[in-house]
Amino acid sequence: MGMRRVAIVGAGMTKFVRRALETGPELAWEAASRALASCDLRLSDIDGVVLGTAPDAFDAVHMKGEYLSDGAGAWRKPYIRTYVGGGTGVFSVIQGWYHVASGVFDTCLVVCEEKMSSHIPHPQGAFITIFDHILERPLGPNLLWIFAMEMNAYMNRYGLRKEDIAYVAVKNKRNAADHPAAMLGVRDITIKDVLDSPVLAWPVQRMDVSPIADGAVAVVLAADHVARRVTDKPVWIEGVGWNVDTTYWTNRDLSYPTYLEEAARMAYRMAGIKEPRKEIHVVEPYDPFDYKELHHLEGLLLADRGKAPEDAATGRFDRDNENHPDWLPSSPSGGLLGVGNPIAAAGLMKVAEIFWQLRGEAGDRQIPGNPKRGLAQAWGDLMQIGTVVILGV
Amino acid sequence: MTMEQWVYPSVYVKEDDFREGRVLYTTWQPRLFYAWDRGTAIGRFLAELKQGRIVGRRCRRCRRVVVPPRMFCEHCFRPNDEWVPLADTGTVITFSRCYITWDMRRLEHPQIPAVIAIDGASPGVGFLHHLGEVDPEAVHIGMKVKAVWKPADQREGAITDILYFKPMTE
Amino acid sequence: MKREVAIVGIGYAGFRPLTPDLSYKELVFEAATRAYAEAGINPRTDVDSFISVAEDLHEGTSITDEYVPDQLGAVQKPVQTVAGDGIHGLAMAYMQICTGQFDIVVVESHAKASNILHLGHVTAMAMDPVYTRPLGVHPLALAGMEMRRYLDESGLTHEHCAQVVVKNRAHALSNPLASYPAVLEVEDVLNAPPVAEPLTQLEVSQHVDGAIVVVMAAGDVARALTDMPIWVLGIGFANDAFALDSRSWAQAEYARLAGQMAYRMAGIRNPRATIDVAEIDDTFAYKELQHMEALGLCAPGEAGYLVAEGYTSLEGELPVNPSGGSLGVGHLLDASGLARVLEIVWQLRGDAGQRQIPDVEVGLAFGWRGLPTTSGAAIILAN
Repeated sequence: MGMRRVAIVGAGMTKFVRRALETGPELAWEAASRALASCDLRLSDIDGVVLGTAPDAFDAVHMKGEYLSDGAGAWRKPYIRTYVGGGTGVFSVIQGWYHVASGVFDTCLVVCEEKMSSHIPHPQGAFITIFDHILERPLGPNLLWIFAMEMNAYMNRYGLRKEDIAYVAVKNKRNAADHPAAMLGVRDITIKDVLDSPVLAWPVQRMDVSPIADGAVAVVLAADHVARRVTDKPVWIEGVGWNVDTTYWTNRDLSYPTYLEEAARMAYRMAGIKEPRKEIHVVEPYDPFDYKELHHLEGLLLADRGKAPEDAATGRFDRDNENHPDWLPSSPSGGLLGVGNPIAAAGLMKVAEIFWQLRGEAGDRQIPGNPKRGLAQAWGDLMQIGTVVILGV
Repeated sequence: MTMEQWVYPSVYVKEDDFREGRVLYTTWQPRLFYAWDRGTAIGRFLAELKQGRIVGRRCRRCRRVVVPPRMFCEHCFRPNDEWVPLADTGTVITFSRCYITWDMRRLEHPQIPAVIAIDGASPGVGFLHHLGEVDPEAVHIGMKVKAVWKPADQREGAITDILYFKPMTE
Repeated sequence: MKREVAIVGIGYAGFRPLTPDLSYKELVFEAATRAYAEAGINPRTDVDSFISVAEDLHEGTSITDEYVPDQLGAVQKPVQTVAGDGIHGLAMAYMQICTGQFDIVVVESHAKASNILHLGHVTAMAMDPVYTRPLGVHPLALAGMEMRRYLDESGLTHEHCAQVVVKNRAHALSNPLASYPAVLEVEDVLNAPPVAEPLTQLEVSQHVDGAIVVVMAAGDVARALTDMPIWVLGIGFANDAFALDSRSWAQAEYARLAGQMAYRMAGIRNPRATIDVAEIDDTFAYKELQHMEALGLCAPGEAGYLVAEGYTSLEGELPVNPSGGSLGVGHLLDASGLARVLEIVWQLRGDAGQRQIPDVEVGLAFGWRGLPTTSGAAIILAN
């Protein structure tokens, strides 16, 4: 009995693009084959496959996991698709961890794919079906409503300034300029650009939002004894946590993500982390909107409640601001705002970024100071789930 | 060695590629029809809306009064106990001014979705609806609002039996 | 050495073709209440993690995991959704407990099939959108093609398949939960209108609404909770190819692999001699035969003869689907595998009433995800 140590030993991804020529299974194959190549493993070395992908409505494919199975490398293997809305990308690594930590599997390929461009006239249309079928859909809701309302509740509660929040969009799009898979890296973007962008659903403006995208990411997990044989730079999964709040989102306080604090505490406990602000060296919080990165940094206990925007404005979360007294590089990849947001794949991209940062393989995005421990997080459903993975070397 | 080599150079298709026939595609119009059972709690809630009333459910153990109603208390995990008549007034908990439709068409005049905490329910407990008869720029968190109902003979037992909530004149 | 894991509570609700009085949440709440009462636990304090098994398009809701926590007592707890058969959900729970991180994990699945007006359109959406969907063939045609290939290779006949329908619907006569009990003759089945030849209407299971909730616990915790834990000896799951051009048509390769994984874990070398009772997916009559063979309960091409001679009847050597299976009880979409498990648990506890099989010690349940998939999961349970 007992928990086996599990490491990530390889990672690969496709470029994130507005509209891919490839089909969903082909994207899954591209990412999976790159991840396997990165650690010199073959599909025959893989015991089980975990797939993550967001709603079937995007691709208009029912049982989308089955459709993607061949591309994900699941042919004649134990295969599972598991999902927690937008939290899926990070959760799929948690599922893979259970596969291996339980002792049932020695190796596990985790693949996340999203092809959002198939939906016409616009992928947003698919989102109407996430709302309550009897009480909400008849009101004609769109996805931006609820996030705008959450952002409004957050800003109102703490008296936050939009320009401090917009700083996150600027930071992440600049960071993404150094990511080879990014679709929206911009080096010379300013806060004014964000504040001047069209209002979609106040207080959300176009540049507060991450762009929809097609793409796939894959990582390879291995038990201790396999990991050490495969690589001299295993990145260990030290903590996992997740938590889901009530469906009745109109019955709870939206200004603070309690579910994420619960998820983070679960992961910190497992990793033996007592002072997360000192012990986490790099973080990839989920940033489909700029305010979400800040909201999440608070829920992760990495910033005080209502203070993350101020921290951001001081440069605390910049990638290369080593001299900041409380420096904590956040979304060095460029995040969803910069690299793109193929939902489940975007979450897994964040895990892959921590993997590359801890191995010193992040290229132009490499943060200084040899980070030893990082955290990736995702979020989703009706603003109700947090998923957290802590990696260390 | 950097991660760059593990990024697959996927192919990016542009609008022109479709228009000029360089890329072919297959279309499919889903035909999906559901008739969802409303069940006991929401069934009663909607029947009451048809009568111009809003009702919630109380759990005697934790004393919460919730709306939309459910037949169980998710905190205590037990069947909750009784129907509670609520007011058709409430407070704006949060809102947005939305300039796009669900399929991303631009709107000249914004829709104003809001979460409204219903008077008579526990603090902060309410549901999603529209605001109307209001200057969009004047809407604020904490604003008192009242339901504007469809005429009685047009109500059908649906959430849209309430047209929207409008500001209360104090 | 793996941690021991047992089922300590199982609850159900519905099991009727129509359930207009209850929302899916209310169905699940009822099933969960039963399961927790049986296990003697409070979900708000005692359960470490919750797993729901659901598909968006069966619910008519995207990201359907949003709607899971409240009716299960899972608010602000770890909750995940698995797109699989219910037994896939049990496998995920099993692994969570094996890590030692969790002691009690709950698995839920439900069906509101009656709320889907045209299930055929939904199932068609599961076909490859580029290669196969544009052909406009009803997914049931895949079952017809598979059945023909299976009969052709195995040497079995349509009569053998019809025997499965006769047996399972007769078994359902002694199951109060079953919606489709009937006394039929082989000719009735063969003469029923063809759906996709050779498959006839009576060989296709009909749907019911229902919910099932299972409580799983680690060894010592299980023993403390109940005098009758039902132990998980092995669990396995697997996929064959999804693409129609490269899957195995005659053999249920996914069932063979899932069975192999479960038997290996359970240390079972001779399933036929070890398994006392089996509940095996019979979404279509021929599937029961194909799955029996793939799961090693008989030799290839033998399953039909065993059914015909009563070997798999309630009184036979190896009763298969004593509950009546999906043909007799009704098909519960993603929850079908858990319906199979429900019967095995009752048989192993001696709670199966009129249809109790004497001296059962080891039972097998197998679920298939249905058309057009090649995905299945197996679990081996013991008292």
